[in-house]
Amino acid sequence: MVEKITLGKALNHGLRRSLESDSKVVIMGEDVGKLGGVFRITDGLQKDFGEDRVIDTPLAEAGIVGTAVGLAIRGYRPVCEIQFDGFVFPAYNQIVAQVAKMYFRSLGNVRLPIVIRIPYGGGIGAVEHHSESPEAYFAHTPGLKVVTCSNPADAYVMIQQAIASDDPIVFFEPKRRYWEKGDVDLDAGLAGAYPLHASRVVREGSDATVIAYGPMVRVALDAAAAAEEDGRSLEVIDLRTLSPLDLGPVYDSVRRTGRAVVVHEAPGNLGMGSEIAARITEECFYSLEAPVLRVTGYDTPYPAARVEEEYLPDLDRVLDAVDRSFGW
Amino acid sequence: MANDESQPGLDAPAGGFVQLLTPDGERVDSVTTAEGVTYSVDFTDDEYRELYKDLVTVRRLDAEATALQRQGELGIWASLLGQEAAQVGSGRALRPQDMAFPTYREHGVLYTRGIDPIMPFGLFRGVDQGGWDPNEFKFNTYTIVIGSQTLHATGYAMGITMDGKTGSPEGEAVIAYFGDGATSQGEVNESFVWSGVFNAPIVFFCQNNQYAISEPLERQTRIPLYRRAAGYGFPGVRIDGNDVLATFAVTRAALDNARNGQGPTLIEAYTYRMGAHTSSDDPTRYRIASEVESWKAKDPISRLKAFLTKQQLADDTFFGEVDESARKLALDLRERVLAMPDPQPVTMFDNVYPNGSPEVDAQRQQFADYQASFEGSGH
Ligand SMILES: Cc1ncc(C[n+]2csc(CCOP(=O)(O)OP(=O)(O)O)c2C)c(N)n1
Repeated sequence: MVEKITLGKALNHGLRRSLESDSKVVIMGEDVGKLGGVFRITDGLQKDFGEDRVIDTPLAEAGIVGTAVGLAIRGYRPVCEIQFDGFVFPAYNQIVAQVAKMYFRSLGNVRLPIVIRIPYGGGIGAVEHHSESPEAYFAHTPGLKVVTCSNPADAYVMIQQAIASDDPIVFFEPKRRYWEKGDVDLDAGLAGAYPLHASRVVREGSDATVIAYGPMVRVALDAAAAAEEDGRSLEVIDLRTLSPLDLGPVYDSVRRTGRAVVVHEAPGNLGMGSEIAARITEECFYSLEAPVLRVTGYDTPYPAARVEEEYLPDLDRVLDAVDRSFGW
Repeated sequence: MANDESQPGLDAPAGGFVQLLTPDGERVDSVTTAEGVTYSVDFTDDEYRELYKDLVTVRRLDAEATALQRQGELGIWASLLGQEAAQVGSGRALRPQDMAFPTYREHGVLYTRGIDPIMPFGLFRGVDQGGWDPNEFKFNTYTIVIGSQTLHATGYAMGITMDGKTGSPEGEAVIAYFGDGATSQGEVNESFVWSGVFNAPIVFFCQNNQYAISEPLERQTRIPLYRRAAGYGFPGVRIDGNDVLATFAVTRAALDNARNGQGPTLIEAYTYRMGAHTSSDDPTRYRIASEVESWKAKDPISRLKAFLTKQQLADDTFFGEVDESARKLALDLRERVLAMPDPQPVTMFDNVYPNGSPEVDAQRQQFADYQASFEGSGH
């Protein structure tokens, strides 16, 4: 049954299916129970699955992730909700020093099938700590996998795939896209689904490659539509997976187009874009007509909401980068 | 709260502690705390002797490790010297089904869990990360980041409740080990909050060995540590951590309470780290010799030996045999440690992800190719 639903609702359906299909799946976080989370992503789940499966926790992020480690050792599959991007740092120690390493440390004896869900990114006019993009901190850590969805159909499938995976996964949710609708096949099973750790060409084009993920995929697609009116054909790739990076499709594309622009909200300095640009340069050097360009947030703390439109990469900045690429 | 009425032994801390064996080797029948809880043990003669053997063996293995470190065979060693009673007493109080979450110093507890004592040596020699299977022995990996494991223990304990494995004598319980310094960590406090709120079947076992590297207890707390428990809504008990009988009795009772559904207990084992913090430390910079001397008089092994002798439960032949068997074990350990092979470098790519990673796989291949390029090149 294909339904047109929001990305937030798609996640809710995906979480529900995971709770149904595996009794070891538990959801834990602040306000995830009665309230259904501050974004209502877990809406109705505690009512249907009980307080032991959807656990309202004390207000303590290290506690949420740290106890999830113990539950996972015990055989559970915890799905932790961090309320907002900027509040993950109290749990950072548990995530990078424990969640990421216990499999390695135990010589493969202890698996931690934990998913840490983090609503991230800006564009919703929020106050400090509610609009950040901390993905590079996690993608830099071996032992963690990091993914992000950009549309309802992916959200529905990817959250289930993440929960079913034995790898610890940091799952970034583009909060400004929670309310965007798209077609979702609610009956589709995971078998045969598009792989979790694979990027995807979401618009084909021949003149330049735009690489984006999460909330910026929409911006990249809008830029491609606008560029087409000017007679430029942009290929858009949704990375979906930030660690491991799946750059095969990116290399293929860049070898054809000769130009690459990477777009993300996080600050540019040592961000995902730096890594991607370096790798494209290593792999596609002789195909490049111009340096790989980055369109990113600035290297400032996330600014006050009234100026976030200037901070965030938008359609014009993407098009400007494409122009610069052609001017080389 | 807890122990104000209990009989303090020599130089007991203000407020006293639960003690069942004095430093002179006198057996205290039982101790009743201010809350009216009575602690005692009822060991057979053999069990007393076994405990003695445990203490001596663990100390001997630790001494061997210290020697190996000095000879450059271990990168570093965290000695348990002085804390044998706290570790053996609590470790022996665990049942097979109970799960333990250690720090990096719990070699004595590891021994009581039936794990080959060579296991932590890999970690300290730098050939692996510690080689035991936490699931098989119900003893998790060592934790270096102070305090983190208390949350893992709490989550595991919540899982026990969710599995319906509490509320009966056959139930399961968890013990989390940490030091006095660790009590200052946010994560330890979070684990107290969580355990209290979820009534988790857990025993928090704090070995207060008086120092966090160089910092004395007064730098961590203004009140006795066991009293912190009251603020989280569960009992706290202080024990003479150099008394293996008190350690056993109180830990067993707390574990039983936990498995019976009565929630957490904080145990403060009042003890002393006789050696350096680790082999990299210089304790003469921050503590005086007379302090160490005064604790020698409270040694956990000599007091049990005095008791066994006075009670005529053991004689010199027995003590000689115990020493000899510990010595043999230590020599065997030494030989095996010296023979520990360095790991194949390519193993660093193992066990990064249960489901693998194309990036790691590619790097493993690059590494292997690079290594192979030297082979046969005369280097
Ligand atoms: C989070 C963290 N900070 C600092 C250290 C370095 N460090 C290792 S042991 C230690 C002292 C720990 O003292 P305590 O908790 O009393 O345990 P003990 O070693 O005395 O058994 C410190 C500061 C660490 N391992 N982890």
